[in-house]
Amino acid sequence: PALGLFLFTIARDPLRIIILIAGAFFWLVSLLLSSLIWFIAVKASDPRDEPLQKGLLIFGVMFSVLLQEAFRFLYYKLLRKAIEGLVALSEDGCSPISIQQMAYVAGVGFGLMSGAFSMINLLADALGPGTVGIHGDSQLYFLTSAFMTMVLIFLHTFWGILFFHGCEHRRWWEIAAVVVMHLAVSGSTFCNPLYVGSLVPSYLLMAAAAAWAYLLSGGSAQNLRRFLLCK
Amino acid sequence: MLTFMNNSDSEEEPCNERTSLMSAESPPVPSYQDGLQASEAGEVQAHRKRRTGSSRSPNNVADGDMSDSGVPVRESASENEEEELTLKYGAKHVIMLFVPVTLCMIVVVATIKSVRFYTEKNGQLIYTPFSEDTPSVGQRLLNSVLNTIIMISVIVVMTVFLVLLYKYRCYKFIHGWLILSSLMLLFLFTYIYLGEVLKTYNVAMDYPTLFLVIWNFGAVGMICIHWKGPLQLQQAYLIMISALMALVFIKYLPEWSAWVILGAISIYDLMAVLCPKGPLRMLVETAQERNEPIFPALIYSSAMMWTVGMAKPDTAARGPSQQTWDAAEDGRENHRNPSHADSRMSETRNPVPTRPITSFEELEEEERGVKLGLGDFIFYSVLVGKAAATGSGDWNTTLACFVAILIGLCLTLLLLAVFKKALPALPISITFGLVFYFSTDNLVRPFMDTLASHQLYI
Repeated sequence: PALGLFLFTIARDPLRIIILIAGAFFWLVSLLLSSLIWFIAVKASDPRDEPLQKGLLIFGVMFSVLLQEAFRFLYYKLLRKAIEGLVALSEDGCSPISIQQMAYVAGVGFGLMSGAFSMINLLADALGPGTVGIHGDSQLYFLTSAFMTMVLIFLHTFWGILFFHGCEHRRWWEIAAVVVMHLAVSGSTFCNPLYVGSLVPSYLLMAAAAAWAYLLSGGSAQNLRRFLLCK
Repeated sequence: MLTFMNNSDSEEEPCNERTSLMSAESPPVPSYQDGLQASEAGEVQAHRKRRTGSSRSPNNVADGDMSDSGVPVRESASENEEEELTLKYGAKHVIMLFVPVTLCMIVVVATIKSVRFYTEKNGQLIYTPFSEDTPSVGQRLLNSVLNTIIMISVIVVMTVFLVLLYKYRCYKFIHGWLILSSLMLLFLFTYIYLGEVLKTYNVAMDYPTLFLVIWNFGAVGMICIHWKGPLQLQQAYLIMISALMALVFIKYLPEWSAWVILGAISIYDLMAVLCPKGPLRMLVETAQERNEPIFPALIYSSAMMWTVGMAKPDTAARGPSQQTWDAAEDGRENHRNPSHADSRMSETRNPVPTRPITSFEELEEEERGVKLGLGDFIFYSVLVGKAAATGSGDWNTTLACFVAILIGLCLTLLLLAVFKKALPALPISITFGLVFYFSTDNLVRPFMDTLASHQLYI
């Protein structure tokens, strides 16, 4: 579905593709830094201590989430400046791409990159021979991974919109809400392989974020009804 | 600067590649440039758009009968319109370069992942005589550095040789050399490649069919690249030979040497393009002085221009008919990229409001693309291919390098807009790519593997 989003909404406009790739790049850099921190922590600690490793992993995850949001903020700043430049260039005072579109594209960029990194090794291994969950792990590993990745991509998109909106209107609570939601989703994955604990809350959060972003972008229940009925 | 698309093979001709990125026009008008730069803050997309704007402006201004009326009008009223229009087109040009680079990388990565042949070590090129199977790390490092030095010096010598030939107008020799090398590429490497692919998928093909296929492929390729042909077909062929070349490099360069060579080449590229006595810079300047295009076999251009039989070689004629005007030199090709047709452009382009007519007296819109050297394609693909081949078979690394290279390309194009002269395309992208490769391979991979094994998501 994320690929469909990409094809239908982004691939037409080259500017959006550039913003997408840049968004992916920013996510990548944040991942790099967070894994650097984790790596240092792991190297500095005892590799045989299981709970410590688990704890470090959790710490790494949380830190990575925070870094991702920080980079989203940096990306927002960069795009702000770019918008000013575009506005100055254009003839009628409004840029060819609005900040909301940029938010959407940036969110998709982040999401695609995170999804790709989460899924692609799995997909490559899925092509090969093997049995899922042979060591007593869950047999639904691939399925749940796929769903989780999808929900994460969508969430990143919505968070992008919410985040930028919050930055635009200086509503810090919105930004904080995004960060908290991200932490919650990542934290819920700690319940894996108890999939109920992670998938269900994530989907609920996604629905909430989707509705919120939709409302923020100017939609309303009436629009939705009109769209669904009179096409 | 130029890209010399030659083949280096183990035993055959000594050739090499050069790379750079060139904006395909004569030096821009200073006044327009200043006006341009004053109106913008330094932003990412803005610069990118400006590149196209400035790339188009010299053509307008350079035109003899338009220059006087052109400049003041442009600077006042139509400047904003042009900027506005160049926004989308600027981004479009970046995409026009993204797509072929992406395609080349995809081809290389797909081949590396599926065909075993290119990851087996079957010997080395004679340009890298030192083996890397040495027991100690220090020895290996030393060998790779020595390999790099030899390779780079070979490349330098060839480039200087080519530049000298160009300076002294030995066109026949250069053409013959290029034809020979592209001949070899198209036939020999394609044969090997096809053979390996067929072997991998266990598809049988008899020799007559093979001969027919390769002959057709090669013949059409030669015609397309060196003579005339549809633009997209030419682009496709250039992408294919870049991919083939990159595959050869990936196969025949030992590991550490490959990385050191990549680093050294980007440094060399930087110097060769930017230093006043650099060979590539001299080549481009000479080409611009003589108003000739650089050999089509070495450069990937995203759009071609009409060349009209007038004093200004860079004017373009618009229209559906694809007529070819032969210019003085034989290397010039005139094709039109129909996807860039836009009537708005032509109206705002001309200070004198003219209709888009296919008359070559009037200055119509030109579709100027950005030119990227083929060696750039090759080395980008080598980087990504090596990442795919040796990065523990990890897709994350490949993806990370891919994004890094694209971002480097964006930044380079941005700088092109700022500086408006030929720039080396390698350094930034290769630096990003190398940094991301090594860091992803060593840092991110354990992290992501651990996360995936616990099915955690960040």
